Amino acid sequence: MARARPLSPFLTIYGWYPTMASSIVHRVTGVGLALGTLLLAWWLIAVASGPEPYQVFRDVAASWLGQFILFGFTWALMFHLLNGIRHLAWDMGYGFTPAKANRNSWIVFILSVALAVGAFAVAYTGHGGYGA
Amino acid sequence: MSSLETPLHRVQGLGSSHSGVKHFWRQRVTAAALVPLAIWFAYAVLGLVGASEAQVLGFLTRSAFGVPVNAILMAALILIALYHMVLGLQVVIDDYVHGEGGKIALMLFVRAAALAVGASTIFALIRIAGPV
Repeated sequence: MARARPLSPFLTIYGWYPTMASSIVHRVTGVGLALGTLLLAWWLIAVASGPEPYQVFRDVAASWLGQFILFGFTWALMFHLLNGIRHLAWDMGYGFTPAKANRNSWIVFILSVALAVGAFAVAYTGHGGYGA
Repeated sequence: MSSLETPLHRVQGLGSSHSGVKHFWRQRVTAAALVPLAIWFAYAVLGLVGASEAQVLGFLTRSAFGVPVNAILMAALILIALYHMVLGLQVVIDDYVHGEGGKIALMLFVRAAALAVGASTIFALIRIAGPV
């Protein structure tokens, strides 16, 4: 007979806290960066293939969709880098108390967004190129 | 006998994963190597925003100590990142894919993709900055 069985706690039962968010986002950005290696491959192959293929890459990268994807790639790289450093510190035994782990997760979130926005600000104000 | 573990299994020290801490350790070593490489990459790409084909070729063929140092750093970044990616995606697949067949198929796909991206980008870099 259909009787309500005890259920194991599902995702919806937990409240969000910073370390939980940074853990999930670390994995999501990792998978995103895996897809991003295809962009890097495209860029290098295009440069190696001559002016026309490179121009195609430039046009796509400069489009609004290209800029959106590149911003996502930039932020994912910054987040995964910063949170990766946090994880390496964890592996060496630093920052284990809940208060410190939560604080450091917040720092990673805020700093990663700041760096990505900063990088695009540098690019859009024309300060991006070497001596350009 | 106080343990159900066989003496052979114990002296091998590989645990239930049959591979010991190899995966964990390699993930950390590649992560540590990627910290400076990712910072270099972010800085380098910021300098190449909107760059012409000639400027990208100039960057990748720039010589220091008699070798194309930027192309070599790019190759190191790509190869280590792909290794790190394979290790990371293996954890994701282990977590979410429960059928043995699907798990093996996905892992083979990830490794084949890593090989394809690695081989094609290294070929492109050699074409750009190689001796011929």
